[in-house]
This record gives sequence, C-alpha cells and structure tokens, in this order.
Amino acid sequence: MRSLFRATLAALALAAAGSCALAADPIKIGAVLSVTGPAAFLGEPELKTLQIYVDKTNAEGGLLGRQIELVSYDDGSEAARANSFTKRLIEDDHVDVLIGGTTTGATMGMYPLVERAEIPFISLGGGVVIVEPVKKWMFKVAHNDRMAAERVFADAKKRGLTKIALLSETSGFGQSGRKETLAAAPKAGVEIVADETYGPKDTDVTAQLAKIRAIDGVQAIFVFGLGQGPAVVAKNIAQLGIKLPVYQTHGVASQEFIRLAGEAAEGERLPAAAILVPDQLADSDPQKAIEKDYVALYTLKTGSDISTFGGHARDAFFIWKAAVERAGSVDKAKVRDEIEKTAGFTGTGGLVTMSPEDHLGLSASAFRMIEIHDGKWKLVP
Amino acid sequence: MSQFLQSIFAGVTVGATYALAALGFSIIYNASGVINFAQGEFIMLGGMIAAFLVALGAPLALAVVAAVIVVAAIGLIVAKTAVEPARGADVTTLIIITIGVSMVLRGGVEVTMGKGGHALPPFSGDKPIVLAGATILPQSLWVVATTLVVVAGLALFFERTRLGKGILATAHNRLAAQLVGVDTRRVLSVSFVLSAALGAIGGILIAPIANTSYDAGVMLGLKGFVAATIGGLGSGVGAVAGGVALGLLESLTAGYLSSAYKDAAAFVIVLVILLVRPSGMFGAASSSRV
Repeated sequence: MRSLFRATLAALALAAAGSCALAADPIKIGAVLSVTGPAAFLGEPELKTLQIYVDKTNAEGGLLGRQIELVSYDDGSEAARANSFTKRLIEDDHVDVLIGGTTTGATMGMYPLVERAEIPFISLGGGVVIVEPVKKWMFKVAHNDRMAAERVFADAKKRGLTKIALLSETSGFGQSGRKETLAAAPKAGVEIVADETYGPKDTDVTAQLAKIRAIDGVQAIFVFGLGQGPAVVAKNIAQLGIKLPVYQTHGVASQEFIRLAGEAAEGERLPAAAILVPDQLADSDPQKAIEKDYVALYTLKTGSDISTFGGHARDAFFIWKAAVERAGSVDKAKVRDEIEKTAGFTGTGGLVTMSPEDHLGLSASAFRMIEIHDGKWKLVP
Repeated sequence: MSQFLQSIFAGVTVGATYALAALGFSIIYNASGVINFAQGEFIMLGGMIAAFLVALGAPLALAVVAAVIVVAAIGLIVAKTAVEPARGADVTTLIIITIGVSMVLRGGVEVTMGKGGHALPPFSGDKPIVLAGATILPQSLWVVATTLVVVAGLALFFERTRLGKGILATAHNRLAAQLVGVDTRRVLSVSFVLSAALGAIGGILIAPIANTSYDAGVMLGLKGFVAATIGGLGSGVGAVAGGVALGLLESLTAGYLSSAYKDAAAFVIVLVILLVRPSGMFGAASSSRV
C-alpha cells in the first residue's frame, strides 16, 4: 500500500515536472557566428548545422523535456562586434550556453565577458591560443593550427622531404599558422628554408614563388591560408611550372577550393578531418557512421556542399547536449564540469577526450592526410 | 635574371588592372570632383557577372560583352538615381553617397550570386609561355594588350570627339563649359558609364587569374585609388603610370625585399608622393586633366 502510494506520488511528481517543463522557457543556445563577410564560408555552414540539429532535437522531444531555442547573431566577420553581441546574449537573452566565435579573433574578443558571466562556451575557432593556456569556461572543437603543421611534417618526412618552404597568408589564420609552423618545425626535424607571405586578396603570388623556386635544395612548399588565396597560389605554382610537392592546410578543406584552383590543385595534399572522405574510411572506423550521417543530413537540408566547418558546430552542439544530459540540468557550473569530463566522444573532427588540462581533447590522429586526385578528395593511406 | 623577369611580368599584369581602376577614378573625378568609392564594385561586378553567365552556359565571348554592357548600365543607373539627384550637395556628401552605393552593390551581389568565389575560364588557355626562364600566362598578355587598347581608345575619345572634349572642358571649368553649351549633366552620366565599363573590363580580365567574389572589389578599388593618387588624380597618363608603378613596386618588393612589406611599400610611396608632390606624378594642378 505504502509503496503504491509512493509510486503514485512519484508519478504525480514526474507529471508535474513534465508539465512544468513544457510550460517552462526553452533552453537557450546563444551563438555569435560570422555568417557574412570574409569568414562567411566558415560561419554560414556553422549556423545552418546548429539550426538543423536544434530543430531535429526539438522534433524528437527536446532536451530534458524542454525545447531548445537558438539565438544567433552575425558578427559580419568583425571580431570587435562579437563582443557586443556576446553581451547582448548574456544580459538580454539570458542564454544557457554560448557556441561560436567562428574565428579565433572573435572568440578571444568574447571570452572576457564569458568569464565574468561564468557561462559554458564552446568556440569554433582554430587558433591554439583558445585553449593554451586553458581557460576555465572555454572549450574548443576545431583542430589546432599546430596539429596541421605537425601532420604535414609527419607526412613530408615519410616522403623524405625535410627542406620546406613556407608561404603563409597575412590573415589571422595564416599568421597564427605561420607561428605554429615555425615552432613545430625543429621538433619534427624539418628545416623551413623560406618564410614568405601573401595577402588574402592578392591576385598574384608569382614573385614570392619565383623567390622560393630559386632557393637551393627546397623540397616542398607548404601553403598556410584560408579560402580563395590558396587557390591563387595553386594556380601560380602551376603557371611557374614548379614541380615540387605542395601541402595546403585544413583552411582549404571545402569543395570551393577544388573548383577555383581546377587542375592546378591536382596532387596537392592537406591535413583535414575525415568528413571530406566519409566513404573512404574503413568500416571499422568509429567516425564513419557519424560522418556519413552528418553529410547526408546536411546535404539533404541545405542542398549545399559539405565542409569541415559545419562539422565543428555539430560537434560543439553534441558535446554540450551530452553534458546537459549527464548533468541533468542546464546549471552553468554543472554543465561546464560535465563538458570538461567529455570522454570518448566521437565527432566529425575526431575522437574527443577532454580533461582539466585539455579543453580540446583531439589527438593528432584526428587529422587525415588527403590528396586531391581527379578533382576529388582522396585519403592518403 | 629569371626571378627578376618574373617579378616584372607579375608587376605589369597586376599594374595594368590597377591602371584600369585608376582611370575609372580619374574620369569621374574630372567630371564631378567626386572620388567614386564604388569603382571597386564595378570591377567586381564585371568579373562576377561574366562568371555567372558562363556558369549558366553562355559562351565566354558573349558573357564578357554582356557583362561589360550590364555594368555600364549599372553605372548609368548609379549616376541617375544616386549622384545626380544630389547634384547641389558638396563633394563630401557625394563621396559618402558613393560609399553607400558600393555597399548596396556588394550586398546585392552577395545575396543574389552568393558568397563563394568564382573562377572564369582563361580567354586562350592556361598554358604558360616561357620567356628567358620566366613564365607568363596568355591571360596576362590579354590584360596588358586590352589595357593598351583601352587607353589608346580613351585618348582618341577625349581628343577627337565632341563629347570627349566636352568632358575635358567640364573638368577644367564647369561654368565656362555650360556657357559654351556643354551639357554638363550628360557629362556626369557619360563619365559614370565609361568608368563602370572600364572597371568591368578590368574585373573580367583579372578574373581568370585571380578568381572573383562579391568582396573582390574592395582591395582592387583601394589599389586603384592609390594608383590614381600616385599618378595624380584626374590625369589619364598619371593613372596608367601610377597603376603600373604600383604593380611593379609590389611585385619587386615581394620578390626582393620581403613579401611582408609588399602592401606597406605601396602606402609608403603614397605618403612620400603626397609629401613631395601632393598633386601626384602627372597631376600638376594647372596642366590638362585626363
């Protein structure tokens, strides 16, 4: 009798909790993304991806029985504006978590407010400075530029290439990459024989390339840039008839690069997430199912090509969602602690295991070496 | 030697596109005293519209001609709807209007043609021509040759035609030109059409080499303005000389000094020119403009 009474009470309480939650405000995700401006090719797929998964989760009954609402602002690729939108998200929209900062600059501009408000924050930026040194409330899902350099050097050494010419872009991405590349080279046993730069809007890079070509013993070229600039570099390399192996970075990991560079991109290699080549992964690869699932969903909903950058948004969303489920609430401190305890999470970017010392949690193996072959991405074994 | 020649080739190619942009600035400056900050957008529109038409399946030659005509028409619309109604306003207001126009054009392209980059196929193949160890793309020859033809055509237009002379007269003295019967309002429209067409030609020529996107005009427009300043605003010879000088300066700095100083070199030269010869290399205030 007594146990029956208890059970009834429990059921009533649950029902009450349920109806309460339905009536309760939705859980709010705040996002500041670069949906327009030069970084739009990063921010746009990020926003679309977040919206897809928020809608999907809501259709499946929401999170903790509550609906999720995405509140997003576009910083127009201006890092300075990210800060004021963050203020608005925290103070006016009262969001439960922040995702975004498409670029490293925006992320770093947002962080002081995040720390003061003590709110969990998952950045989509690529710079190593986001997680080194570790910042209590900030996490990161995108690969580090240092990991890209290390992955390239590992592959180059395997091919017996140790004298490498670096050509980096004067954008934030390129300059951070340049710094990390120069730092990683001695450790990898690689000599950087040239350190040239070009502007993201440059229309001709042949002067720099002619200089690189004239260097004695140069064995490969490593281009560290984002978006369209590397396509111009690739075309110029072909124009000059330079036959050296060329490495690009994950900054060109979208179909647009192949389209713009055309035949000039043939044979170039780049480190990138497995998302570019879901069908070529081994069946035993834990990422295979996830990548295929995301690619299918994204292409179906948006009709546009897949890029690694939307994948980062997906990973951020699911790391946060799992943390909320484990915490059983959206209490900011609890969710933060649970995000930090993320272990064995399989995302589009790789396997993630975070710790108080590591707020990224990706291993170098997260990057696959990919070669452009017949206008397609091809996994290098 | 081959490295030097390579830098020269690169500099002349890029310089020719700067020259076309600078000419656009100068023509409108002469006709109205306004620095048209939408000039970069005309360059971008040329490349984007041509690439868009080619992607739709139009033959390259048709796409190129159509793009120039469409952009020239846009130039006319800009003159008629944005600049002419504000005719009485001072030059600062007009300049701000052109900045607004540039934002509208850029935004319009962003919304209708997308944010991605676009490539235009080269006019006659992409097999580089080897010359004394340096290589040059056939497209670069197109750029340089077309620029020469355009400059020659403009010179004839301004010296031999009634309309061209009218523009020159307006540049010298608007009131006097009106008194002798030059329709100065028509001069403004014509100058916008000319500048827009020049910009479009530059944008189309460079698109196969450098690709194009909705925001490609910002930097090219800025460099064109710098070239026009170096050469002397309002001077036709100055625009061409300024453009080529700027292109050469950039590529030689990148090739011999350091690529990191490439853009800095351009702006240092502007400062020097403004200090030493504020009217630019060819822009003596009393000499003939255009």
